[in-house]
Amino acid sequence: MLAFAVRRIAISIPVLLVAAFVVFALGTFAGNPLDPLLAKNPPAPPNVIAAETVRLHLDQPLIPRFFSWLGGLLLHGDFGPSVVSTQDIGAELGSRLLVTLRLIALAMVIALVLAVLVGVITAVKQYSITDYSATFLGFLFIAMPSFWLAILLKQAGIDFNVTVGDQVLYTIGASSVPPPPDTWDRIVDILGHMVLPTISLALISYASWSRFQRASMLEVLNSDYIRLARSKGLPRRTVLVRHGLRTALIPLTTVTALDLAAIIGGAVVTERVFQWKGMGDFLLTSIQTDDVYATSSWLLLSAVFVILFNLAADLLYAVLDPRIRYA
Amino acid sequence: MPETPTTLATTPAGADAQDREFTVEQRSQFQLVLRRFLQHRLAMVSLVVLVLVVLLAYVGGWLWKYEAGQITPDNSQPPSFDHPFGTDAVGKDQFAQVLRGTRISLQISVMVALLSTFVGTLWGAVAGYFGGVVDSAMMRFSDLVLTLPLIAVAAMLAHLFGGSWYLIAMVIAGLTWAYVSRVARSVVLSLREKEFVEAARALGATDTRIILRHLVPNSLGSIIVNATLLVATAILTETALSYLGFGVQNPDTSLGLLVSEAQTALTTRPWLFYFPGLFIILIALTINFIGDGLRDALDPQQRKVRQ
Amino acid sequence: MTEDLLATSKNGAATDVVLEVSDLTVGFPSDDGLVQAVRGVSYGLRRSEVLGIVGESGSGKSVTSLAVMGLLPGNAKVSGSVRFRGKELLGAPEAELNKVRGRNVAMIFQDPMTSLNPVYSVGFQVAEAVRAHHAVSKAAALDRAAELLELVRIPNPRQRLDNYPHEMSGGMRQRVVIAIAMANNPEVIIADEPTTALDVTVQAQIMESLQLAQQETGAAMVLITHDLGVIAGQADRVMVMYAGKLVEVGTAEDVFYTPRMPYTFGLLGSLPRLDRPSERLTPIQGAPPSVVNMPPGCPFTPRCPLSVAVCEEVEPALAPTTGPEHLAACHRSDALIGATPGDVFETDVVDTEALAHFVTETEGQA
Repeated sequence: MLAFAVRRIAISIPVLLVAAFVVFALGTFAGNPLDPLLAKNPPAPPNVIAAETVRLHLDQPLIPRFFSWLGGLLLHGDFGPSVVSTQDIGAELGSRLLVTLRLIALAMVIALVLAVLVGVITAVKQYSITDYSATFLGFLFIAMPSFWLAILLKQAGIDFNVTVGDQVLYTIGASSVPPPPDTWDRIVDILGHMVLPTISLALISYASWSRFQRASMLEVLNSDYIRLARSKGLPRRTVLVRHGLRTALIPLTTVTALDLAAIIGGAVVTERVFQWKGMGDFLLTSIQTDDVYATSSWLLLSAVFVILFNLAADLLYAVLDPRIRYA
Repeated sequence: MPETPTTLATTPAGADAQDREFTVEQRSQFQLVLRRFLQHRLAMVSLVVLVLVVLLAYVGGWLWKYEAGQITPDNSQPPSFDHPFGTDAVGKDQFAQVLRGTRISLQISVMVALLSTFVGTLWGAVAGYFGGVVDSAMMRFSDLVLTLPLIAVAAMLAHLFGGSWYLIAMVIAGLTWAYVSRVARSVVLSLREKEFVEAARALGATDTRIILRHLVPNSLGSIIVNATLLVATAILTETALSYLGFGVQNPDTSLGLLVSEAQTALTTRPWLFYFPGLFIILIALTINFIGDGLRDALDPQQRKVRQ
Repeated sequence: MTEDLLATSKNGAATDVVLEVSDLTVGFPSDDGLVQAVRGVSYGLRRSEVLGIVGESGSGKSVTSLAVMGLLPGNAKVSGSVRFRGKELLGAPEAELNKVRGRNVAMIFQDPMTSLNPVYSVGFQVAEAVRAHHAVSKAAALDRAAELLELVRIPNPRQRLDNYPHEMSGGMRQRVVIAIAMANNPEVIIADEPTTALDVTVQAQIMESLQLAQQETGAAMVLITHDLGVIAGQADRVMVMYAGKLVEVGTAEDVFYTPRMPYTFGLLGSLPRLDRPSERLTPIQGAPPSVVNMPPGCPFTPRCPLSVAVCEEVEPALAPTTGPEHLAACHRSDALIGATPGDVFETDVVDTEALAHFVTETEGQA
């Protein structure tokens, strides 16, 4: 197991390095940070452009520029210069990461719990009314554009507040500005802001995961070892949970990890709908303003998260499935 | 059949005996697949609905009295006989707009499915066929593409290339091919080890024959199912991109752009928001059902029950 | 035979029939109509006896035993009766069935490679069977598991407890499955083709383990196989199944030496025998019939060299032949008296059509 873990971690390091280069190249090609300056009317004076070129290391070729960026990042935690000279990309990313992370983490937990529950129930009650309705709902959520659903939920939240006559659900921002002075009030405030975005982000992943979990559970329920377990005279619940669910959960770890990238993408859309100042907003602004270091840093951060999450999923898989452990 | 005279044997009546043996009609593989698909009620209904939507978008848009983008004297009208989907603030007929948006969205997503299926299948098949270092290197690259959030990278690239529909399609396909490559590779890998391929090889079949008679027909199923589902993925990605402002740009339109423009009008002119959204859902939903029906038809084992 | 058995159980006397199956039918709905997998099977299993069930794939022998265990898929249509010591199992609630499964009636499945759960250790899976019916500690159950593994001749049973199924060979895994079946000293063990998926060299060892398990527990055993050779050395009584029905029932001696159904005759003729090496093997032409939309008459008619007009119209019932316990379902069973398989079946027929197809296939590729 230890050898497996060490080997798996060792593989991740070159993957991370290549990923860093790819996202840097992508970010660099995707925009010219001087464009806004050049487009100015009257055009910015040449000495300003020259100074900006040097400040943004645009005078260097791609490869050296990448290594100085990576070096600065690894040695000093410096994410590179932003087009907005006063902005520290690292600090900005850090504060926004917290906002987005709580949205993603909570949405994933809710989606997973719901998906496993519904997946197992629909597999056990295959071809029942419950199965058909859950399946239809699942397909519906898969087919729904995430922002369309989010906008509807937002409207529903507003209507709900009107009906209740009090601001229970918040539809704009990640927290109130200024935040309530009391700690308890601040928590309630943040939770009130989280409800709707979390639901809209969770529903999309929930839909495909519950379909996957249903298929996985069905495959296990049709296996010979379930038949043997039943022939032992084990109670139905024990057969379903100990032999069915325990085995059927294993493939979900991989799927969850693979879907993280899509969820991060979904969070970008959800944040836009609810106007959160999170990672998504940072990315969209960076792209619009051709802030190449900011875009690259954003991509790198999300790639690192996805790669580390996949690493963790692989290790968890090995813990859950003895066949991998000894292979 | 040589007759050996034996003391007791009375040969059973030939044709009659044959009839008795095969009471179930024999069917070819294709007939079986077609039959199973036709019996998948949801998939069949979906196929009909999708065909109707496509016809409506292309033929209906051409017959409809208003052209997309044409400004009519009625503005902010709720749905009526004259304007089934209502009109927007400047008087554009939403029905004509939705039909045009559907055309663009369908064009984008079908192109994405075709492009990424072609590239991804080739990539995955080559990796799976050669194996070893080639395979590792190629699949690591696919994995890397999958590591990046599709929406984010598509937004970056779309910002770089601009907003015409085929460029948007190419940007999306440039990222979704990686999914296809994984499917194609795993299919090729598993088929290479199958007994019937080994049997064919043992019988002296050439590589070409093995590929054409065994690998291609057997992998086609998964590839087709995947391509179908990709159309749905692509249409949703396109709408999300348009919503974020990196997709199709005005004066062109797509279903995503229409919803995006209508989001502020949700309370005042809700029809502008609901109709394009419903079309997106209708298309994505029917395509997913068709894909599901195809999968069941091609892989009947999935339907067995034991519990 | 059926009337016979019912009579004993009705008498309420100390009957030695542990498992009684009467008029069992099983059907599965399909696109082409109801697949009649089992069509009215009745038998009684006596204490400590080994009952062999023989038949080709699709003859309904496995479905019969799954029906006994109540392990058929939910869409199966089952009717008739299955009684364990007079207690009706068919239609009994799941909780009632669970008291009998593994405790009184245990089952051994065909494919040891897929029968064990890959994520639990072998020791856990054997101990689980013990704990399903006995309130003992985990440690005690593991002790019992080690004991059982030793009984089925697994070397170093203590160490093997911690092994996972994928670390064992097919033969070893099947021994584990046998150990699980033995765990609660059941009165009936149903072995469904226990050696089919294994190497020939391992088959004999597994049969030995099975025999041992049967002797150790004193259980009656239903041994299902398509291999008459496996039955020959083991079974006290033999039932031959064809197209979902019993076509011949008798003691092993009756069935092997004086078969009264041409199908049994054919099966015996296609078995190589070391004691009569000069005899030619006699294949049975054709394939078993489909069990959907079955035509009237005896289902073996199209393949039967003895068939006459009545065979196509009336399906024969089981009837006593050489003795009251030796039954056969055949209009022409008398014609078999004194015959050898070579007399009935042609020895040198070949499937010319298949051969021609094979030749064109291979030539086309050269």
